[in-house]
Amino acid sequence: MTTSFKTNMSLGILALILIGGIGASCTGTDQAGSMSGDAASKVYVPPGSLDEFYAFMSGGFSGQVTVMGLPSGRLLKLVPVFSQNAENGYGYSEETKPMLNTSYGFIPWDDSHHPELSMTDGVPDGRWLFINGNNTPRVARIDLTTFETEEILQIPNSGGNHGSPFITPNSEYLVASTRFSVPIPQQDMSIADYKDNFMGTLSFIRANEPGNMDVAFQILVPGFNYDLAHAGKGPSNGWMFFTSYNTEQANTLLEINASQNDKDFVAAVNWKRAEECVAAGAGRDMAADYYHNYMNEARIAESVQKTSVRVIEPTDCSDMIYYLPTPKSPHGVDVDPTGEYIVAGGKLATVIPVHSFSKMIQAIADKAFETEVEGIPVLKYEAVIAGEVENAGLGPLHTEFDGKGFAYTTAFISSEIVKWEIGTWQVVDRIPTYYSVGHLMIPGGDSQKPWGKYMVALNKITKDRYLPTGPELAHSAQLIDISGDKMKLLLDFPTMGEPHYAQAIPADLIKDKQVKIFAIEENKNPYAIRGEGDTRVEREGNVVHVYLSTIRSHFSPDNIEGFKVGDEVYFHVTNLEQDWDVPHGFAIMGARNSELLVMPGETRTLKWVPQAAGIYPFYCTDFCSALHQEMQGYARVSPRNSTVPLSFHTGE
Amino acid sequence: MDKRSRILLAVASLTLLLMYVFPIWRITLDAPQYPEGLGMYIHINNITGQSKHDLTNINNLNHYIGMKRIEPESIPELKMMPWIVGFVIVLGLAGAASGKKSLLYAWTILFILISIVGLVDFYLWEYDYGHNLDQVHAIIKIPGMNYQPPLIGSKQLLNFVARSWPFVGGWAAFVSMGIGLWVTVSNLRMRKPNQVVV
Repeated sequence: MTTSFKTNMSLGILALILIGGIGASCTGTDQAGSMSGDAASKVYVPPGSLDEFYAFMSGGFSGQVTVMGLPSGRLLKLVPVFSQNAENGYGYSEETKPMLNTSYGFIPWDDSHHPELSMTDGVPDGRWLFINGNNTPRVARIDLTTFETEEILQIPNSGGNHGSPFITPNSEYLVASTRFSVPIPQQDMSIADYKDNFMGTLSFIRANEPGNMDVAFQILVPGFNYDLAHAGKGPSNGWMFFTSYNTEQANTLLEINASQNDKDFVAAVNWKRAEECVAAGAGRDMAADYYHNYMNEARIAESVQKTSVRVIEPTDCSDMIYYLPTPKSPHGVDVDPTGEYIVAGGKLATVIPVHSFSKMIQAIADKAFETEVEGIPVLKYEAVIAGEVENAGLGPLHTEFDGKGFAYTTAFISSEIVKWEIGTWQVVDRIPTYYSVGHLMIPGGDSQKPWGKYMVALNKITKDRYLPTGPELAHSAQLIDISGDKMKLLLDFPTMGEPHYAQAIPADLIKDKQVKIFAIEENKNPYAIRGEGDTRVEREGNVVHVYLSTIRSHFSPDNIEGFKVGDEVYFHVTNLEQDWDVPHGFAIMGARNSELLVMPGETRTLKWVPQAAGIYPFYCTDFCSALHQEMQGYARVSPRNSTVPLSFHTGE
Repeated sequence: MDKRSRILLAVASLTLLLMYVFPIWRITLDAPQYPEGLGMYIHINNITGQSKHDLTNINNLNHYIGMKRIEPESIPELKMMPWIVGFVIVLGLAGAASGKKSLLYAWTILFILISIVGLVDFYLWEYDYGHNLDQVHAIIKIPGMNYQPPLIGSKQLLNFVARSWPFVGGWAAFVSMGIGLWVTVSNLRMRKPNQVVV
């Protein structure tokens, strides 16, 4: 080879190496670049210090709610709502089992999607957290001083309660809406007869009377899939907006068949008008079978059957409901803090359409209708649209607001969050999420006064974000700083279940109201005991009631004889402690349910049916004291026909 | 007595009224697992917890070491103290009203004696509770160990730091005695030679 060829070869190889090197360093540095050095100090909550916000994440298919601290990402608690929780006996203890009762019987699981904080004057007030149950349509209320589920209301005439439990600015109503249209009332018919036969309901549930949640009325609507909702606020207070898709009314292969129409609808419901009509006698009472379960004063769940519900049709009440055309298979509907703009995330659309409330009111007054669907006027798109945000990412879903004039929308397909300016509809920033973000949450982001400091991206795909744990991975979430002009990624943390949505509130609003113990003198459980002197075992035929106390570190009684095979035994365990963070547990060998976890001053009951004669140990399951290992007892079970008398004691 | 002494004697007596309003003494217990603290107040006629359930919880914790339950109803001093302090107040006010130096001196001497007796009694009470343990039922038995809290100051008792100090009512008593002593001494200094104490 000639020298010039060799030189050319060498230069060529050198060039290839350089280009390859530059190319390699170009990929995969986005992630490192967006983490600024001070992110760690922004999320570090030193030992002994507390987070700024409580974040309530829905559990999705877990059926529960998880509570996390922001900005640290600490997991604080799992609150069982729709699913049994063997860890603390929720759904297993006699006092809590009725919470999961429905018209189908006891159901130990559901799918919980959207938490919603109670509001006063359009701002979260820290009283309650509501959440929906999808599979067996229900809504639940969690008390935010005990972080316990206190009430569950089943929704009649419903299938798939997805667009729920969005709340009005003063918690007058929260809504339920049907993802799956069904025959109303239910009956046997061919599925192919969906069109014209299957219908949907938009339910308005009274939400500001704890213990009295009730369906005030349901609006019967055309058989579309109703997806999400948000309440109007400020000028639009009095209205509720629901997205719908599948206006094609397909019942099979919706993936294709529900993606045909160019536009579906946002349903705008004037609930104040509906209230008026119902009060004036419009609509009718329809027979229905559904349950209302609530914790009574004795902290025992009661399950009450309800037998009718008020149903109103659009033709029964004029000016109650309108459809706003919205591209294309919209998912989220979000109302900006001023109450003027209604943002819909059309998941197959290429833009984010923003409707204007004032234009909508004008269009109604001008009767700018393009058509009517089953008695519901459809407003003209051009008459209600305020603007369209372009270049908003692929697959826009949900929008929240920072209260500083900007909106943030998730784009599922392009796996990013896009920040845009309200009014100019210009995208000003975008940040990748890892991966495929569904909902996002800004504390107060759906209220009249968002706390615009943090944003959480709730993702659907985790893949390589954390140490892998077999095929099933925890869903990832990212904490993003939105206090400045540009968004900054701060933290990446796994979540429990599948958080579809979340709500957050400044810790100061609720942390000093937390219940630490239950006062023993206020315990109204009929099987409660006030002191060890009241402990006893009583037999009523085949039923035995054990009035058991726990205190560090013994049970009273801890030796019980005289049980018989086949007895229905109820252990009513009262924790006599009145000290902070001293729960006691209770478990007995062979019990076919779970343990009990009993808080100070509380009484909880476990049912046990011994199947064979013998000696059954029981013990405290929660490490309560230095002598926790000594906190145990024995139960003697004799054959069915034995004459061993009932006796019980602790010590000599 | 001159007018200033009489006023000061009255003030000293009235200061003792604070003992009826505020706790006299406070014993606090600090341990790693009690970041919120535990404590008890000794009032003129009662013993209560610093937080609502503290006394119950202190008694429950004490069962591990075999210490007697602190039951205010069974402590006779708590029934006597309101009367004793009341007598001292009345005596002082009588002295201030009458202006007799003899009452002033008697008041001061009595007050000092009562205080000494009170502190000795408190020490003996603490000794009794800290030493006379139920050896049969005690769970934690450490040979030679006693759980007598300090009369004044702090002391480590197992995982707890026990601190014992006067509280507002107790400081009021010290202030009152201070005023009384000062008035007494200044009156003693004012005595002319050969003057009979009237």
